[in-house]
Amino acid sequence: MMLSAHDLFAILPELLVVFAACAVLALDPITPSSKKDGLAWLSLGTMAICMGLTAARFGSPTTAFGGLVVIDNYSCFWKLLLYFVTGLTILLSFPYLKEERIYLGEYYGFILLALSGMMVMVSGADLLTIYLGTELMSLSLYVMAGLKRGEAKSLEASAKYFVLGAFSSGILLYGISLLYGSAGSTQLPAIAAAIAGRSLDDPLLLFATILIAVGFSFKLAVVPFHMWTPDVYQGAPTSVTAFMAVASKAASFGAFMRVFVEGLGGVRANWSLMFLLLCIGTLILGNIVALVQTNVKRMLAYSSIAHAGYALIGVVAAGRLAPAEASSAVSSVMLYIALYAFMTFGAFTIIAMLRKGGLEGDEIEDFSGLAKRHPFAALLMMVFMVSLAGIPPTAGFIGKFYVFMSAVQAGLTWLAVLALVFAAISAYFYLRLVMVMYMREPEAVTALSPRFVSSPALSIVLACAIAGVVFFGFYPDPIVNLATQAALTLK
Amino acid sequence: MQSGGFPWLTLLIFLPLAGAAALFFVKETNVRMVALGVTIANLLISLPLWWLFDASSSQMQFAENVVWITSPPIHYHLGLDGISLPLILMTTLLMPLCVAISWRSIDQRVSSFMAMLLIMEGAMIGVFAALDFVLFYVFWEAMLIPMYLLIGVWGGPNRLYAAIKFFLYTLAGSILLLVAILALYFQGGHTFDIVQLSQQAYSPRLQFWLFIAFFAAFAVKVPMFPFHTWLPDAHVEAPTAGSVILASVLLKMGTYGFLRFSLPMLPDASKDFTPMIVALSIIAIVYGAYMALAQADLKKLIAYSSVSHMGFVTLGLFMFNQQGIEGAVMQMVNHGITTGGLFLCVGVIYERTHSRQIADNVGLTKPMPQYATLLVIFSLSSLGLPGTNSFVGEFLVLVGTFLWSKIAAALASIGIILAAAYMLWMVQRVAFGIPSPQQLPKLTDLNRREMATLIPLVVLVFWIGLFPNPILSRMHASVSNVVARATHGPQESPTSTGQITPVVEPVPAPQTVQSMEAPRP
Repeated sequence: MMLSAHDLFAILPELLVVFAACAVLALDPITPSSKKDGLAWLSLGTMAICMGLTAARFGSPTTAFGGLVVIDNYSCFWKLLLYFVTGLTILLSFPYLKEERIYLGEYYGFILLALSGMMVMVSGADLLTIYLGTELMSLSLYVMAGLKRGEAKSLEASAKYFVLGAFSSGILLYGISLLYGSAGSTQLPAIAAAIAGRSLDDPLLLFATILIAVGFSFKLAVVPFHMWTPDVYQGAPTSVTAFMAVASKAASFGAFMRVFVEGLGGVRANWSLMFLLLCIGTLILGNIVALVQTNVKRMLAYSSIAHAGYALIGVVAAGRLAPAEASSAVSSVMLYIALYAFMTFGAFTIIAMLRKGGLEGDEIEDFSGLAKRHPFAALLMMVFMVSLAGIPPTAGFIGKFYVFMSAVQAGLTWLAVLALVFAAISAYFYLRLVMVMYMREPEAVTALSPRFVSSPALSIVLACAIAGVVFFGFYPDPIVNLATQAALTLK
Repeated sequence: MQSGGFPWLTLLIFLPLAGAAALFFVKETNVRMVALGVTIANLLISLPLWWLFDASSSQMQFAENVVWITSPPIHYHLGLDGISLPLILMTTLLMPLCVAISWRSIDQRVSSFMAMLLIMEGAMIGVFAALDFVLFYVFWEAMLIPMYLLIGVWGGPNRLYAAIKFFLYTLAGSILLLVAILALYFQGGHTFDIVQLSQQAYSPRLQFWLFIAFFAAFAVKVPMFPFHTWLPDAHVEAPTAGSVILASVLLKMGTYGFLRFSLPMLPDASKDFTPMIVALSIIAIVYGAYMALAQADLKKLIAYSSVSHMGFVTLGLFMFNQQGIEGAVMQMVNHGITTGGLFLCVGVIYERTHSRQIADNVGLTKPMPQYATLLVIFSLSSLGLPGTNSFVGEFLVLVGTFLWSKIAAALASIGIILAAAYMLWMVQRVAFGIPSPQQLPKLTDLNRREMATLIPLVVLVFWIGLFPNPILSRMHASVSNVVARATHGPQESPTSTGQITPVVEPVPAPQTVQSMEAPRP
């Protein structure tokens, strides 16, 4: 296959990101430590350019490399979200790395490499392309999780993430090879055509579906494939945790829904049932175990497991609805993840910002009386918590509203009720943090103080996060329309 | 339906919200004045509605309708009828009083406290004015957080427990509400518009499930008998203003929900569930009164009396006749005024003695004659003495109940006897008891601010008690509409189940049940 200008132009954003990553890695050794910020600026600039390129592409779908890569509204939606989150991550890392004394120029290189992997994932229309993207993302994240080299927890996070991640990649690859054996192709449209009318009981197909689902479930941290999440989230540097919790989840959902809705749509009855079970387990475990956490990062890790469960409701609904109606369910998942990005990123930013002594204060007790000492930080954290709990008028409510709506539309009213019961339970642990911040007296020993508050980069990150949570809570129309349009291209 | 007129309701909702935001930029010393100014301005804005309201119409008035979210179609749709009008006015009236009563008793984080009060005001008015189900739900849930903070930050010693309990109870109650709203959307022709949704007929099976879902949300908020346990805790721990808001307005949202949604949208299921609701209401009336009798804490006493009084409201609502429902709406307003007044009284005395125990506040007539007078007036109103506001409401409810079942009416009136018992016993001790000598030496009577807080409510107690007609005449048409919808409704055309049936046109008011049923085939 010859490379054509069309192909290269189609993946221009991906190329730019990879070039920027290489440039950062190449420039790092020759940049004096005082000028390492320049690398961050380079990365940020790339994000801005890519955002413009992708936004311009929205609405004019095309395929490249003989159908291995599709640039449609669906992938553009995810990419825009990914650029946005990556941009925020870079801004947050700016002051955070200084505070943590992690002077590693390659940090930004890894972020960009991970991003390029994610972009390949959401654009891939071929199982191997998607696998390639997944690996690129995962390998970068394994390294990033261990960047706090002095801390045993960070190293443990990295090792755990690597072992389980590699394991899940293996399962995913095994599933892909079985599907190739069954359908005779790795391209999603060809697979869809090959399995159309195939019996749901076809053992090879069933087994392949299960393995691919398991592989993705690891990446999505869906119960019972979630075990790595709390340790990795807690151990990794907070800026990396935020990136993992939001961006890698978005990319995984992007690829995952394309594979199942577009490629394996013919056996939707199979996977819909399977994800229904995973979804229920995820909702139960994520929310219940979060109740007993004493560390905020761990609590948010379990909360992110639970949120994957809520998003899965939309996936299940997409499998239950007729193909013509399924796009509304798909768009509800996209919307959910996009809105989830704002609040989770905001919450992690606050955690990264609050420090006691020279260390990060991430125990729940550390937040005692924060409202008295730093009313603004406490107020923001409260809004993020309220939004995560799904209480209106915040973005979290809007996300839940659309997901539950697609559940009711698909005749899964009982599932919506169940999920809402767990949403009410989740309110307890989100509000416990609010309670600790507002209703407890600050203790001198554990008193937190926001460091690098004056950093403009951090202000921008917090402003973006809170603006997203509040604005889309009050007026979700723009992002709803974007998600709806984007979901329509997924067939 | 009017539209394009002056956006009264939007102004009423967003002025307090804007005020809350503005408080963050106001100097700490001026915060109280600004909050008072905003609430008084809101009261003044709401007053013209009283005169501009067209009492002859059961249609939604002062309507505003703009698209809020395009897909699915969710509208920012506001409007009010004769049922929501008095509730909104009651809310705007009580808020300045809440600010005034917190003037001195709240001395920590004042600006946050006042901001919470203002957010509550906007959300509460929003609930009573919303005509889009999602909008209603947003307002309904939005007030959980400020109330949670009001109890949890500025409350009494056991506030954390009470705040969490309040929050989880009410949140758990409204879980099913959201699902019911979504189910209605798909069954009711893909709309969230309350007016349109209540003009359609739903299958009995769907009605059954929707009723249960609505019931869970509204019964917790009211709170009806087995769901009431959060209320005494929340009341006792909340600061005075919080208790007033909770008792006077938040509890009304539950009964308002029954009236606005359950009865008109689910008439068949409402009828099927009536015996259960009546039983729970009578239990609440008697049990609440009985519990009130046993309380040594003034706030707890009033909290349990609220359970009892709200029992009258739910009882009246499910009588499906003009008298019962009008009595219930009257009682909603009356309970707001009287119980609000009583909680304000408790707040006044708590500021002086730092105790809410009856035993610590005995024989106040000597040191505080004006205070004792007002306390007696509110207590007499609470027990439903003729000439006071509660008499009108309770009387109408009992008349309505009598038409439905004489036994139920007889049982419900036990509550009135018990109310007389607990209120008079409380008054006897607090006002006329013999204080221990070391007690009460330096108690001062009401100051001007406290007077100004309590007097408006006293005026309303007698005004409604002696001339209830201005309020009743404004609600006739709207209540007839609900009654017509709940008694006729889809039953008239059993063949058209599942299809859209036009609403029964508003029956000219006032009507009795018999005359309305007369034209039925």
